[in-house]
Amino acid sequence: MIDSTLLRRAMLAGVTALAAVGIAAAPALAQKTRLTVYTALENDQLDPFKKAFEADNPGIEIAWVRDSTGVVTAKLIAEKDNPRADAIWGLAASSTALFASMNMLEPYTPKGAEALKPMFRSGKTPDPWVGMDAYLSLVCFNTAEGKKGNKPVPASWADLTKPDYKDSIVMPNPASSGTGYLTIAAWLQIMGEEAGWKFMDALHQNIAQYIHSGSAPCVQAAKGERLIGIGLDMRGASEKTKGAPIDLIVPKEGLGWELEATAIVKGTKNLEAAKKLADWAVTKKANELYAKTYAVVALPDVKAAPVNYPVNAEPAMIKNDMEWMAKNRERILAEWTKRYDGKSAPKK
Amino acid sequence: MPSVKVGLSRDDLVMRAGVVLLAGLLLVMVGLPLWSLLAKGFQDQDGRFVGLTNYVSYFSTPALFNSALNSLHVAAVSTVIVVPLAFLYAYALTRTVLPLRWLFQGISLIPIFAPSLLPGLALIYLFGTQGFFKALLGGGSIYGFDGIVIAQVFYCFPHATLILVTALATADARLYEAADALGASKLRVFFTVTLPGAKYGLISAALVVFTLVMTDFGIAKVIGGNFNVLATDVYKQVIGQQNFSMGAVVGMVLLAPAALAFVVDRLVQRKQVALLTARAVPLVPTPKPGRDFLATLFCTVVAIGILAILGMAIWGSLIKYWPYNLSLTLDNYDFAKVDANGWDSYWNSVEMAVGAAFFGTALTFTGAWLTEKTRGFYAMRSVVQLLAFLPMAVPGLVLGLGYIFFFNAPGNPLGFLYATMGILMVNTVAHFYTVGHLTATTALKQIDPEFESVSASLKVPIWRTFGRVTAPICLPSILDIAIYLFVNAMTTVSSVIFLYAPDTKLASVAAVNIEEAGTTAAAAALCVVIVLTSAAVKIVHLLADRFLLDRLQAWRRR
Repeated sequence: MIDSTLLRRAMLAGVTALAAVGIAAAPALAQKTRLTVYTALENDQLDPFKKAFEADNPGIEIAWVRDSTGVVTAKLIAEKDNPRADAIWGLAASSTALFASMNMLEPYTPKGAEALKPMFRSGKTPDPWVGMDAYLSLVCFNTAEGKKGNKPVPASWADLTKPDYKDSIVMPNPASSGTGYLTIAAWLQIMGEEAGWKFMDALHQNIAQYIHSGSAPCVQAAKGERLIGIGLDMRGASEKTKGAPIDLIVPKEGLGWELEATAIVKGTKNLEAAKKLADWAVTKKANELYAKTYAVVALPDVKAAPVNYPVNAEPAMIKNDMEWMAKNRERILAEWTKRYDGKSAPKK
Repeated sequence: MPSVKVGLSRDDLVMRAGVVLLAGLLLVMVGLPLWSLLAKGFQDQDGRFVGLTNYVSYFSTPALFNSALNSLHVAAVSTVIVVPLAFLYAYALTRTVLPLRWLFQGISLIPIFAPSLLPGLALIYLFGTQGFFKALLGGGSIYGFDGIVIAQVFYCFPHATLILVTALATADARLYEAADALGASKLRVFFTVTLPGAKYGLISAALVVFTLVMTDFGIAKVIGGNFNVLATDVYKQVIGQQNFSMGAVVGMVLLAPAALAFVVDRLVQRKQVALLTARAVPLVPTPKPGRDFLATLFCTVVAIGILAILGMAIWGSLIKYWPYNLSLTLDNYDFAKVDANGWDSYWNSVEMAVGAAFFGTALTFTGAWLTEKTRGFYAMRSVVQLLAFLPMAVPGLVLGLGYIFFFNAPGNPLGFLYATMGILMVNTVAHFYTVGHLTATTALKQIDPEFESVSASLKVPIWRTFGRVTAPICLPSILDIAIYLFVNAMTTVSSVIFLYAPDTKLASVAAVNIEEAGTTAAAAALCVVIVLTSAAVKIVHLLADRFLLDRLQAWRRR
């Protein structure tokens, strides 16, 4: 029976090969836990963050899935019934708060979280998420274009409604960008609803475009595409470092802001490793990393002063009522859309 | 051979089994994922069934009509510009004696080689606030309707050209000889022979361009200004507000053009007759100096327009800081500086594109052949036709999210595909199925069914006719489909952005991320690398085409 001998040999060879692969792979698997981390951190932050964490946790390897806040948030919600992420590191706290309300997170208070500034905590025990740093929505002003057009430098939100700036301001569209929403929510909170809408009516006359991104406005201002961008702070600072003629201005009325947060995804198969990440994310070392790009970080004793960042930013942060923001979001966006979105609100 | 049933031969049975299998595949690749998202339009955010509540609230917002009107407006204007341009270009390529024909053909495809980010960036360099030719706009702004139309014309031109070249490439010279002998004027010949022959291609091209513009989101986002369209509405709902229910409603509204396209296609198909009968004599253009000069001039102008946009992007990838430091540098090509994955995502893209081209072409062509050549079995063939038309009208982000809901559902036996390179390939083939299907159908329609009849009477199995006659005749179109899939896989963003895993990030997605991070020059550089890759593949294709045409298409020459 040549056939069956051959078959048996082939099978034996196959089994041996499989076993060999198994033996070779087994120690490698035992050595490192691969932690899938979803994030909206900046691209250039990923490598330093990963290296620093892995240096202190040699048994764990971070595998990033990085995209913009909106995409990562939508992806996590879509994967809700069968989660693929183990942890979240560097995503807007409004997103993690939403996940918490959808029961998607594994509550865990990291070791050392009690040292954080109170506003960086979720307020629940154990915390479904913990803050890392804050980013602000401020004004980026292109000084080169300002000089060319002989435009005054604005100092307040109210200044932005002056006719000098007709059609020269860009800001994120609150219906498509979280930064846009926190910006208008801040105005409504500082000025009160009635005055807030009146301010936006006046500002609308000067808006060239509502962009579908929170980081684009300061980039457009940096490149002289627009005179003024209202948007994310650190993008403005990094553009300035690259040589853009812009000033980052903190309007005197105060600023809207958002936290970046860390959280553990419910149902992760790597809970222990995910907890290690959550623990590490509140350490001094981690906060020092955050402090390289963000002016406001969670640990009070870490001094944050990124290059080209306005020094007066932290005191200007408004008392932000996150719960109010979440509860009124639908109503405010509907009103905003009715007033300003597209041609439904022709300019005078 | 014992006959099974009157009228149902072995061939018929095999073909019908094939059609059923194809329908099943398309259902898994397109139908079910789409439904798993669109069904959310009938649910509230917690997943409870609410009937048409979401539709009622959406239709009662004035914003809808604005967006819908804007979408229709921009799609109609772009179609009216692109189709005649593409027709003239395709006519010049196929029916005149054009010097450097291969070069013009290659240039016409450049826009498909580029991620939609590229025309957006180039237009800003050209006509933006700091742009070189801003004065040409006479105080107007590139952001808005005009910008969208210019970018869409650039972006859709190759899609229409590809279909129209296929439609015009095969013609029966005897018709022209007869018209000539009867003394018909050139104009009359054009309107009574050329146009009717290309009618199916023309209508397909118009439908494709119209729906592409309707569903494209990337261009509207970069250059659209405050001009709201339906595709940006989907983005606002899904990405901006995580409201999948409303996103599904807008997605459903966007399917209307596809349904229309499907109906129109059916109506036209009924009247289409094969152009290339078994006795046909292929048409070979003869030199006519006047006409050839005009054709060359026209193609040169179009080619310069395309090259200007590409050239602007290449230049933009080589400067230090637009617009304040225009000194040149190669630093922007060191992608590791701006993206942790560096060049890895580029190689992922190449792997994905090769896979999608290989499997996608086999599936698309065989599928089109099955739907065209199966006799009877109308219901099932209609199902396949409908599923083949759907992807074109689906905004990428609807398809991408649908893939998450469907393939990642607990208990789906196909779940192993999720977060692999495989799902990116499947998704890309599904997303770009329609144009491949139309190209293959156009090519197949031009072949006389007599080939099959003769084979059948000679008792040659139909699949042998497929392998020995049909496929070789259609080889140029098959290669076109493969290239089409490859280049689209290199540039696609909107759908795969939801589906990549840590090890399978793609270059096109990386380019968008890099641009969002403000490093415009590096984003332009990555776009340029993608264009050059696709261009290189296309050059290999042109060489192969020549060689294959020489061998396999020798019968076309007299």
